[in-house]
Amino acid sequence: MIYMNKDITYVVLADDDEDDRLFFTEAFEELKITTKVETYEDGVALMDALSADDALIPNILFLDLNMPKKSGLECLKEIKKSKRFQDMAVAIYSTSASEEDIENTFVNGANIYIKKPSDFNTLKKILSDVVTVNWQYHTSGLNRDNFLLRL
Amino acid sequence: MKIFVKFDFTRVCNKVIEDTLNSLGIAYNVPSFGEIEIDDKASSESVKLLNERLAIYGIDIIENQKIILVQRLKDAIVDMVFNEENQVNVKSSVYLSEKLGHSYGYLSNLFSEVTYTSIENFIILQKIEYTKSLIAKTDLSLTEIAFKLNYSSVAHLSTQFKNTTGITPTAFQRIIAKRRELANNPTN
Repeated sequence: MIYMNKDITYVVLADDDEDDRLFFTEAFEELKITTKVETYEDGVALMDALSADDALIPNILFLDLNMPKKSGLECLKEIKKSKRFQDMAVAIYSTSASEEDIENTFVNGANIYIKKPSDFNTLKKILSDVVTVNWQYHTSGLNRDNFLLRL
Repeated sequence: MKIFVKFDFTRVCNKVIEDTLNSLGIAYNVPSFGEIEIDDKASSESVKLLNERLAIYGIDIIENQKIILVQRLKDAIVDMVFNEENQVNVKSSVYLSEKLGHSYGYLSNLFSEVTYTSIENFIILQKIEYTKSLIAKTDLSLTEIAFKLNYSSVAHLSTQFKNTTGITPTAFQRIIAKRRELANNPTN
């Protein structure tokens, strides 16, 4: 079932870069919004965890595009095939990609595209924006199909 | 085969609420959307049941006064943006403060405290969401949409769209069209 505690946003990140995982977790710790953060180091570990029968479905899933074993795009396509994840926002969290690749992730169902920033304060600002906008979709009855955001 | 449907959210919500109240035998009255007066004689047991049954539909009974006011504020904003007849010539701050009977400063602080965003941003977000749904569901041009939503120019709408979503209205339109194509031909 979807994570239902209204006062806590549950976010999950799959990224093979250990430093990026650390920055991400620390950025969330410093935000005024209460979050619960979990990270996985590749697409297979992520999908195994999410597919478990009793798995909590995150409010927002952040996917690195280039990961060993299973790429972010492969995870995205699997996720979009399943009804279980229909209320979960998917954010692509990537170092760099061509315009065409970015658009392709949106076409395949991503809601958010984030280019990894180089400094910590920008990361905090971006993640705070993402959670805030997602919260609006969650609480204000907006149409999730139209949820596209690029940062 | 894929079919696309559209919803009248107000009607859906009201119908669910009415059916639920009827099934529990609670006498009620709906003064405005999102507000229900129930018979004072209703037992706390049946109110609890009402809470549980509505929760299935994602409808929650709000208990905190601050949250109620913020919800009314949101409804007033949505109403202001989506219903053209309600489009007012006064500034939105004046409109909202008169409609809710509190100073704009108070409303504005309360809103930010509860929602983590400002009233101004919420209005922009709603207008951009409305623009998106018009792009996705109608054949209106961006110029026509800009006019409909009271923007001074199409450039202003276009810039605000890009600033809010990070993508241009044209790219948005293209992505939605491609998604539909993909949904209709999943093998491609």
